[in-house]
Amino acid sequence: MGPMTAASTRPVPPAGARVPAGVEPDAPLQRINAPRSFWRGFGDTAREIWQYRELLGNLIRKELKVKYKDSVLGFVWSLLMPLVQLGVYWLVIGKFLGAGSIPTYGVYIFCGLATWTLFSEILSTSTTSVVFNSGLVKKVYFPRELFPLAATGAAIVNFGFQLVILILADVLAGITTGKWPHLTNLPLPIIGFVVLVVWASALGMLLAAANVYLRDIEHLIGVVLMLWFWVTPIIYNAGRVGKTFPRPLYDLYLMNPVASVVFSFQRFFWPQGAGTQFEFSGNVYGRLAVLLVVGAAFFWFAQRVFARAQGNFAQEL
Amino acid sequence: MSTPVIRVTDVSKKFVIRKDKSLKERLVNAGRSKAHAEEFWALRDIDLEVDPGHTLGLIGGNGSGKSTLLKIIGGILTPTSGYVERRGRLAALLELGAGFHGDLTGRENVYLNASILGLTRAQTDQYFDSIVDFSGIEQFIDTQVKFYSSGMYVRLAFAVAIHVDPEILLVDEVLAVGDEPFQRKCLDRIKQFQNEGRTIILVTHSLEQVRQMCDRVVLLNSGQMVVDGTPGEAVRHFREANTEQQNADRSRRDHQVSIANVRTFGADGAQHSVYPVGAPIGIEYEVSTDASVEDWATGIGISDNSGLLVYGTNTVVQKLKLDPISGKRTVRFRFDELPLADGQYFVDIAVHPEIGADYHRVDRAVSFQISNDARDAGVVSLNPKIEVE
Repeated sequence: MGPMTAASTRPVPPAGARVPAGVEPDAPLQRINAPRSFWRGFGDTAREIWQYRELLGNLIRKELKVKYKDSVLGFVWSLLMPLVQLGVYWLVIGKFLGAGSIPTYGVYIFCGLATWTLFSEILSTSTTSVVFNSGLVKKVYFPRELFPLAATGAAIVNFGFQLVILILADVLAGITTGKWPHLTNLPLPIIGFVVLVVWASALGMLLAAANVYLRDIEHLIGVVLMLWFWVTPIIYNAGRVGKTFPRPLYDLYLMNPVASVVFSFQRFFWPQGAGTQFEFSGNVYGRLAVLLVVGAAFFWFAQRVFARAQGNFAQEL
Repeated sequence: MSTPVIRVTDVSKKFVIRKDKSLKERLVNAGRSKAHAEEFWALRDIDLEVDPGHTLGLIGGNGSGKSTLLKIIGGILTPTSGYVERRGRLAALLELGAGFHGDLTGRENVYLNASILGLTRAQTDQYFDSIVDFSGIEQFIDTQVKFYSSGMYVRLAFAVAIHVDPEILLVDEVLAVGDEPFQRKCLDRIKQFQNEGRTIILVTHSLEQVRQMCDRVVLLNSGQMVVDGTPGEAVRHFREANTEQQNADRSRRDHQVSIANVRTFGADGAQHSVYPVGAPIGIEYEVSTDASVEDWATGIGISDNSGLLVYGTNTVVQKLKLDPISGKRTVRFRFDELPLADGQYFVDIAVHPEIGADYHRVDRAVSFQISNDARDAGVVSLNPKIEVE
């Protein structure tokens, strides 16, 4: 009777006895994209991101690989930019304009520049991360937070290379001047780094979501970062600002989270001038502690806003 | 096992189409934002349950909401109201190679794409040879994919996708990729999935594919579920809806030519529902017009249950010049012998000018059954003499 059944080649639904590979027969139905209240749901997303950590690693690897694929110098480029900046600032501002009164000015600038590069790179790459990956957003489901987080991760890897240069510069300065960093200050840049990453990735998440709806954000962020660079004590010392501005304005200036992180790096990595008039004399530990708490709350807030917005990403892109 | 794997409850999806995207445009148009935002419902009140092991086809015209429904089930879009529940691991083949990056090599892309689709590195290592083998592009696996031909690209992407081992597979128009042998390979793989009792939801424009692969089909029209039934039922509805649409377009023309009173008749001139194999059969219908039409011709098509055209002819190819028509005419096609095999057949009828679009067309205007006591299958009754020595 074989060929007689040719008309019914359609697959017959399997009998109930056949259990699909790997399906728990009684696994409960789970609601997809269940609406979560604004106040709750952070934990669920965090758990989900943890489940996708391998993908996060792969996305970071992709970012790094793609950036310098087919270029001969590769990763050297991500070092060259801050090094050239360092050279220019050292020469123009340190020598020509005479800010050279700050001892070992090169190390001083690089403390700030390395920090700043990390911050601005996280912000600018996160902002465009969702839009650049629109192909994936529209076709595959995984937590969208992975895009800005992958951008953050890639920026952190680049920062690692700059940190190596900073340490080499420290060793060089130590040999020539005999002054070495105090290990007692070591916790400072570590906490500072955490504070910076928390703030930058929170801001990055907000901007990534906003950029989906308003493409102006990615252009705006370039302007904002340029301004932000100059209100951060990277190539000058904060004490000058204190002398120029009235007290309330100076306090406002110091509320810039990046400033405190720069202070934390300067206090450890810039041994030459530590404790002199050039160094920020305030309580950096205290500032970092406050920033960490506020930053964590801000990160939570940014994730919730992102979670709200992400439901419409696929249709807006 | 009676619990469904997917349950869609009362899902509606509204899209707002904004025509301005930049800050400047928004500011300029702030007062007139209503005029620059248009909303439409891509889906309305969809309720659907899919039991494990079934293959569900979603069909409908462009913009009927089938892809939107698939994306909502996949969790890529969130519904405006209602919700979707499901259980088990899901893989969505919405676009092959969505995660591919041109600058990375085939190998790197396999690992990246596999992890996007939910495989761990260890699993990818395990499947890697099998993935490359399936794609059939071993020699290019360490080449950047931007140098791939589009065929190689989709081959690799499909190979990764089918190794994800999902319990629920969502497929959107991706089966029409690669050359013919590769397509067959893909369809075989989908069949294997079905035999393993996995659930598949398929969006496609190929009604043939739907008929071959699905055991249930949902027809969507303007975001609403029109039919939820067997593939035959849904495909017939879909075709009828298309015909009505064409007829509606046609009625706007100057000539009102219409077909009516269609019937089949046997040797005795009376209509039967069943005819024996090889018996004489005629097809009769009336053509009427409200004005005199000089340029006209008419034809019929006989197709079987699956839509296969068995025979077709018209007065033009038969080199028959018809007198101008005004009022009513009766047309008869007689077959002294119709050697069709056992089964049900449908007759399509059309009236048209000698060259140009149909004046009126009725698909499946009438049906008849050929009975041969189930002695043959196929479409032609060949009446063999069987000898066994």
